[in-house]
Amino acid sequence: MAETPEKSDVTLDASPEQLYYAAILEKGMYIGLLILLITYIIYIFGILDPYIPLNEISKYWSMNVDQYLHEANVHSGWAWTGMLKYGDFLNFIGVAILAGVTIMCYLSIVPILLRNNDKVYAVLAVLEALILAAAASGLVAGGH
Amino acid sequence: MGKNGRFWAVALLLLLGMLLAASPVIAQTQAESAPAATADGHVWWFWPLLLFITTFIMGIFAVLGGVGGGVLFVPIISGFFPFHLDFVRGTGLLVALSGALAAGPGLLKANLASLRLAIPVALIASTCAIVGAMIGLALPTNIVQIALGGTILGICILMLTAKKSELPEVPQADALSSALRIYGVYQEASTGKVINWKVHRTPLGLCLFVIIGVMAGMFGLGAGWANVPVLNLLMGAPLKISVATSKFLLSITDTSAAWIYMNKGCVIPLMVVPSLVGIMLGSFVGVRLLKVAKPTFIRWMVIGILAFAGLKALQKGIFG
Repeated sequence: MAETPEKSDVTLDASPEQLYYAAILEKGMYIGLLILLITYIIYIFGILDPYIPLNEISKYWSMNVDQYLHEANVHSGWAWTGMLKYGDFLNFIGVAILAGVTIMCYLSIVPILLRNNDKVYAVLAVLEALILAAAASGLVAGGH
Repeated sequence: MGKNGRFWAVALLLLLGMLLAASPVIAQTQAESAPAATADGHVWWFWPLLLFITTFIMGIFAVLGGVGGGVLFVPIISGFFPFHLDFVRGTGLLVALSGALAAGPGLLKANLASLRLAIPVALIASTCAIVGAMIGLALPTNIVQIALGGTILGICILMLTAKKSELPEVPQADALSSALRIYGVYQEASTGKVINWKVHRTPLGLCLFVIIGVMAGMFGLGAGWANVPVLNLLMGAPLKISVATSKFLLSITDTSAAWIYMNKGCVIPLMVVPSLVGIMLGSFVGVRLLKVAKPTFIRWMVIGILAFAGLKALQKGIFG
């Protein structure tokens, strides 16, 4: 490394937005993991009946996803929210939290970035949250 | 992650692991109401338990071999388990995502992962991961298998040939990274030396993240194998910053692709939970073993296993 950036804002400590992001990420990760644990116990102990019986799943996991959806009569997208009475679909809550926490992290740092007059990064953070929200919404999708 | 946090995470995972290991007993209690054998002749818990054991070993090897769990998961599980590639990719993304989520907070707090470096890179990579996921789900499975096999063999070559640079020479930061204020400082724990860093060739680096994002989404691999060389060798970020930022980046890139696979229906909880718990527990054990293991030998072994899995993917894609 040839040169040292001589910037007054460079410190050993992480920036406030970075620390805030880390805190939200950590909480979301623990909550997601805990919910995944609880719902998995409910699922494999049969506390709630699964939509697809445990001894029938192997029929479906070797099919491609379109065949599986058709044969098992499962709907894609957010249809799982309407099937939370089943033990298997209950597990999607934890998965959704783990996959959704990053959107919360991005949105949570926007006010800090704006307060620091870091408009470019505030715009980038909002754009990223929108991209991830679009992916999560099911508006963009692929298929065989 | 603080010591308390780590304790609770390990405790949670251990509890889940014990549950998975005890699933035959649980199955026994449910056997009265349902026949145990499935369509493939095994009891229902056979494949999830084998998946848990395999991913546990994979988690150990991933840490010791210096690779992400996702890059091992997809070729090995799709090659040797009866699951369709669609579900393996969906699960692989969630495995890589969970690993990144677990590591991210600690790396950000320690100021090793740089949010300023990650935000512009992640915007490009995560957008392209959506495109990659859509392409991957639209293409015929055999084509994806062949492309996956080729990519895995390419990763093996990259692992064999790519050099790493602790502190790359960056004569001058480029205009874009200066405008975005992508630079920082960290303290090297082993020497106590304070190291200032900056990056160059940012536009070219961002362009390469287009390809990395597409591949991450298409194959569900995670992308640490590509992130680190680009951040470290091309853009000139120190190795520690590159590795940490790459790990954190996966939590964003894989989030976008994971949603596409999840919304498409490629998530089967009986596959996801054993894989996720197995690989995370294995990673914790791997970190402990790191002190006594011989990393060079294990790295060669990981490359060998990957090459075999890559050839298996090619064989499956070509001959079915």
